[in-house]
Amino acid sequence: MKLVFKNIEKDGSGSIALIPEESEDMWHAYNLIAEGDSVTASTVRKVQIESSTGSSSSNRVRTTLTISVETIDFDTQACVLRLKGRNIVENQYVKMGAYHTLDLELNRKFALHKPLWDSVALERVEMACDPAASADVAAVVMQEGLAHVCLITPSMTLVRSKIDVNIPRKRKGFVQQHEKGLNKFYDAVMQGILRHIDFSIVKCVILASPGFVKDQFFDYMIQQAIKTDNKLLLENKSKFLLVKASSGFKHSLKEVLQEPSVLNKISDTKAASEVKLLESFYTMLQLEPAKAFYGKKHIERANEAMAIETLMISDKLFRCQDIQKRKEYVSIVDSSRENGSDVRIFSSMHVSGEQLDQLTGIAAILRFPMPELEDSDGDDSDAESD
Amino acid sequence: MARHRNVRNRNYSDDYDYDDVYGHSVEEDSCLSPSDTAQWMYDRSRNQQAISNFLDNHNDIQEEAEELPEPSVRTLDRRESMDLRGLNLNEEDEAKLMSCLDELRNVLGDTIPENILVQSVLTHKFNYNKALDEILNNKSKDEGKCKPQPAIQVPTVLIEPIKAPILTTGDKTPKVIATKIEPNKVAVIKGFKIEDENIKSCPQTPRDQSPANRERTPSRLEQADENKVIIKIKENKSDPNTQFLNERGSDKDHLYIVVIGHVDAGKSTLMGRILCELGEVSQRTLHKYEQESKKIGKQSFMYAWVLDETGEERVRGITMDVGRAQFETKTKKVIILDAPGHADFIPNMITGAGQADVALLVVDATRGEFESGFELGGQTREHALLVRSLGVNQLAVAVNKLDTTNWSQERFDEITKKLKAFLKQAGFKDSDVTFVPCSGLTGENLVKNSTEPELLKWYSGPSLLEVIDKFNVPQRLVSKPLRLSINDIFKGTGSGFCVAGRIENGVINKGDKVLVCPTKEMAEVRSLSINDLVSNVAFAGDQVSVTLSGVEMQNVSIGYILSDPIQQVPVTSRFEARLVVFNVKVPITKGFPVLIHHQSLVESANIIKIKALLNKSTGEVLKKKPRCLGNNSVAVVDIEVCRPICIERYKDVKELGRVMLRVAGVTIAAGLVTDIFTT
Repeated sequence: MKLVFKNIEKDGSGSIALIPEESEDMWHAYNLIAEGDSVTASTVRKVQIESSTGSSSSNRVRTTLTISVETIDFDTQACVLRLKGRNIVENQYVKMGAYHTLDLELNRKFALHKPLWDSVALERVEMACDPAASADVAAVVMQEGLAHVCLITPSMTLVRSKIDVNIPRKRKGFVQQHEKGLNKFYDAVMQGILRHIDFSIVKCVILASPGFVKDQFFDYMIQQAIKTDNKLLLENKSKFLLVKASSGFKHSLKEVLQEPSVLNKISDTKAASEVKLLESFYTMLQLEPAKAFYGKKHIERANEAMAIETLMISDKLFRCQDIQKRKEYVSIVDSSRENGSDVRIFSSMHVSGEQLDQLTGIAAILRFPMPELEDSDGDDSDAESD
Repeated sequence: MARHRNVRNRNYSDDYDYDDVYGHSVEEDSCLSPSDTAQWMYDRSRNQQAISNFLDNHNDIQEEAEELPEPSVRTLDRRESMDLRGLNLNEEDEAKLMSCLDELRNVLGDTIPENILVQSVLTHKFNYNKALDEILNNKSKDEGKCKPQPAIQVPTVLIEPIKAPILTTGDKTPKVIATKIEPNKVAVIKGFKIEDENIKSCPQTPRDQSPANRERTPSRLEQADENKVIIKIKENKSDPNTQFLNERGSDKDHLYIVVIGHVDAGKSTLMGRILCELGEVSQRTLHKYEQESKKIGKQSFMYAWVLDETGEERVRGITMDVGRAQFETKTKKVIILDAPGHADFIPNMITGAGQADVALLVVDATRGEFESGFELGGQTREHALLVRSLGVNQLAVAVNKLDTTNWSQERFDEITKKLKAFLKQAGFKDSDVTFVPCSGLTGENLVKNSTEPELLKWYSGPSLLEVIDKFNVPQRLVSKPLRLSINDIFKGTGSGFCVAGRIENGVINKGDKVLVCPTKEMAEVRSLSINDLVSNVAFAGDQVSVTLSGVEMQNVSIGYILSDPIQQVPVTSRFEARLVVFNVKVPITKGFPVLIHHQSLVESANIIKIKALLNKSTGEVLKKKPRCLGNNSVAVVDIEVCRPICIERYKDVKELGRVMLRVAGVTIAAGLVTDIFTT
């Protein structure tokens, strides 16, 4: 993302213009734009013109519109952001108050005006504009009959393709059916890799599975590559990294990202550090339950006591519709930061973020045990369960 | 991929639309698979439309039929007319025939195909009594073909004990009708459609007389007759127990036994050896294995190769998928399921253990080996816990490789003592656990009592085979509605495809209609085989492979349930369970992503709510909404599965009410389903 200009008043209102450059920037934009903000961007609109004689003709015009955002849609697979709202700036073609849906496009400037730019939003802009942070890793988690081809970017884990094939079991005299099914499965995974992984961007490809599936698959793939003379695979053979995972389901990515050999290769991605942090939270919960808490009420009280050492919060909470709630969460982040605690905003697109989302979206490791929190009953957990 | 297709909401009538197009031949739909084609051909003949509409000579026939004095049901009309068309009868004869047929049907129900009825009526010149006699006599001749109809005044010939095989048109009908009760079933839609058409037209084709039509025709008649339906269903229900007795009463009991234990404890070798000693493996094969294993320098694996068949398994020298074999003891027919011991293949082991009645735990008595298998994270522990949680309560422990310790009693006692304490904790009763010293490789104390003097000094108990023979066979719930969990799908030799699995409840007959859940598609059972032997009927507890028709192979996947179409298995994505937490590294919290193992199904799931922490022994609520669950706790939680699955309350169907939760390759908890939320 490129920052074009930034005008922020003392009271926190103001506008920022950005140019998204890659699909991940759309994710950042999705996290920045909230309902009630106004967005200016160039767009195409079908305009009907009525001539003096009464005949009407319609044609498409490109124009720049400013809308006050009412609904925000994000397609995680295609990384397309769609904003719907009313036009608020007079325009040659579009009446005031007319509805329009903006599709944010790559490499086209958009300006975002917010009534209040809080610290979380500003941090997001900074992060989005940091050019060093892009390091793409592809991962294939698989088990016999099931595979997920995923792309791990700094702030997103995208499942590019899911392969789910029935493999007949071995049975007396029918071993070849099992092997045939297995080969068919490997072939499908290989096609998935070729189709969805761009080797010019990806730093490494992780193959993870329980047992010997990964080795068998890797052998099969290389054999096939030699057979069909697939230069792409052969040249990038060194990019493949084989690690152990417990299953072919998506959340076993968490185990993969904790593997030391993987960490070496992708040390700068956010995903791995988030996994590690969440893991340490769970370890703390096991060893010293009075030092690890989750849920908004508990965190707020711990924050009042300035007890938070590391705060984990999912970015989903900042996307919530309710402005008041967002403010509350922002204030927790701000005040705990003031108190010198480490605040990590998890991306809800990563596996660890998904888990944190389920865990009320907010959790913290404390500096000192607060057993009194534990005793106060968790009546609040119901309200936060969704 | 295929699994994602939302088949449940599919409007079946759409699929049949093209049947309504005149002159549309099935051959034109080139995309159909052979199994489908078979079905469509069959259906088309039911929608007797094609050429018949172009023949105008039977319009008046239809009218005749409608004017019949018989107050018989509407649906009958066209059935009558259809058979008559080809016969070129005059109006008077036709009316006679009509009334004869109705009388016959009143007596016979729908067990006899219509054209036979017509035939006999005609041969006896519309003499109803004679015709009836002839039909009944014929019927009693080909015995077992038809089931008696209760509640009708039938000659005594018919009332005889119901014997399998009862797979006939007659037997089939109740199932078809059953679908009528569930309003959204395939057959019903078809049926109604036809009835509508009846009123308007009376299309006929020669196909009506084709054998394919016979089975369906009576069923249509029956749909109109609710009373009969109920009688029939009831009769069908009381049936299975007697059927089971007839079929299996004289046979040896089937016992499914899963062989578990730490990797390299010698499970496959032990089983291979038993099979060899019992003569289930031919000398030639064994010799071949011996030669081949020698060639790659792993001669000790020769017995294991009996069960480890894939090249991969042999090269690596470990079992990867459940191996299967059978032998007979004095009183039982034993089917062994040889589970893999390697930690990576526990999902396979769970599949195997889910099908078993009893378990054989193999431990390696070699110094150090037993300990490594038994310590935390060893498979001896995990497997024993798993099989217990999967409902196995009888266990034999084979203390294997005791020859390496020179049959030392001390070692045996040491292992026994350690295991006893652990197994008790895991929930096995002392009386249900038997310890047997043995050696798989040398074959000591397996089939025959040992001759080893060192062992005889202190051991005089039974051999392993005797222990297996002494296991109690659990009761088979044959009278409950059918539940068959699929654990394998493969292409059979003939048409259609096969699914293999274990029948948890109920009976399955050849020709039955079954519902494939959770997609809720109807399928028909083409054939059945138990342990590679073709059979006409299979009962709860059996491991069967079923050839299905009527569904696409890619629409069925492992973990699906074949269910009774009336009493369906619940399908849900959210349920409440009582969990027993094992040793966990990190506590379980809300939102914990887990893998759920349910029968052969593995699916990712989330714990979405922790409702209460319970006292382990009394079940009292210790704390409501605890923050997390630690080691060895018992709790009530809500679990949400990514995709809808078939699941039952534990109190309804035990086997389908158990779930295992695993994370990162470790079993963290076992659960019993206490409530199912409809989503």
